[in-house]
Amino acid sequence: MRKYTPKDNVQGKAYYTDRFWVAPRVPRTSVEEDSHFADIVSALKKYAKDSYVEVGQLIVHIKPTDNISALSILKEKCGYTQCSELSAVDYLAQDGEFEIFYQMLNVTEAARVRVVCRLKQGEAIESIVPLFKMANFAEREMFDMFGIVANNHPYLKRILMPEDWSGHPLLKTYPLQGDEAASWYEVDKIFGKEYRDIIGSENRDPAKIDRYDTKRFSRVGYEVQFDADISGGEKENPIEYSKTIMANYQKPSKKLKERR
Amino acid sequence: MAQHQVNYASTAGLPVALTSVDKLVNWGRSNSLWPLTYGLACCAIEMMASGAARFDFDRFGTIFRASPRQADVMILAGTLSKKHAEFTRRLYDQMPEPKWVISMGSCANTGGMFNTYATVQGVDRIVPVDIYLPGCAPRPETLQYALMMLQKKIRRESANMNKNTKQRLV
Repeated sequence: MRKYTPKDNVQGKAYYTDRFWVAPRVPRTSVEEDSHFADIVSALKKYAKDSYVEVGQLIVHIKPTDNISALSILKEKCGYTQCSELSAVDYLAQDGEFEIFYQMLNVTEAARVRVVCRLKQGEAIESIVPLFKMANFAEREMFDMFGIVANNHPYLKRILMPEDWSGHPLLKTYPLQGDEAASWYEVDKIFGKEYRDIIGSENRDPAKIDRYDTKRFSRVGYEVQFDADISGGEKENPIEYSKTIMANYQKPSKKLKERR
Repeated sequence: MAQHQVNYASTAGLPVALTSVDKLVNWGRSNSLWPLTYGLACCAIEMMASGAARFDFDRFGTIFRASPRQADVMILAGTLSKKHAEFTRRLYDQMPEPKWVISMGSCANTGGMFNTYATVQGVDRIVPVDIYLPGCAPRPETLQYALMMLQKKIRRESANMNKNTKQRLV
């Protein structure tokens, strides 16, 4: 007979796990000899710490302090005249550092190279605006979203979020629905902090219904006059939210680990 | 015949004259609602369609104005980001009284699907809203209906705006 598994609360926990499941990843190949990419790796010399090919693109790991010299070699000697993208990835929880990548494009060879470096939290990287003008906005966005400072940037300020915003939204530690300052941002800015009580906190439940609010809601079949009092002396019951669905990802907990 | 005669000076008095003034003023206000040309997101496309020839807002005397100084309805059509909330309030403040606000679409009503850090969760946190218009995005007919409802509301109101019990934000 099959082993009995309790069927209560099956949605609460994963009841099936594949022991042999491996997270998919892009296949990685080493750089072929005498190829275009091999020339680039040899041109970069000591700057290239590690290099391999993924999906037809060369990926070169460098030290964060070498970014200007490595990128200028790519630009001037290897024909990578365009930097099409520049940003960061938050690996703070995993490794305690950011990954900064520069996506380079060679138009004549139709080839792309990604230059990658790892930056510790609190460290700054040298701006590549002298080499590529596109880095002006891209580094501002990186600063806005991750708080990574680019040294010698001509005009480093927030680009997407308002200037008086606090926090950097693309960090993994930043809550999706905003922190305390974010939730009161528009009220503080327009009316001032003293109006927080009058306006009240944000309603983050899109299906919230107040059954005694006859201004905005009416029960079908039991319609009453606008703004009539139908509570009948009953006290208001605050809505209770499930602890498992509305999980606080800020706090590490055993339950969360199980869900993952 | 004499038993139906009303002495206006002693019984009801002036209110008869005042209601008709109310009616006259509200007739004027409700039939020339000039909204502000102010689109925030995709709902603005529907708002533009309502203004154009097929749905034709001009039939209601509703002509989009490019300046808040000439407008008396603000149609908040679309997602309002927190960065932009300040400017929306400023435009609202620049409109002369009497003024009304239509919140158009789910995003303007409640934040809609943008349950995130950067979106205002309902424009009624910023400006007092008269009509909430559901839909994502509402069809032009819906906006027309909302406008007709607003006209009805204005006709019910007193011409003296101080008398109207409207929940004002600050």
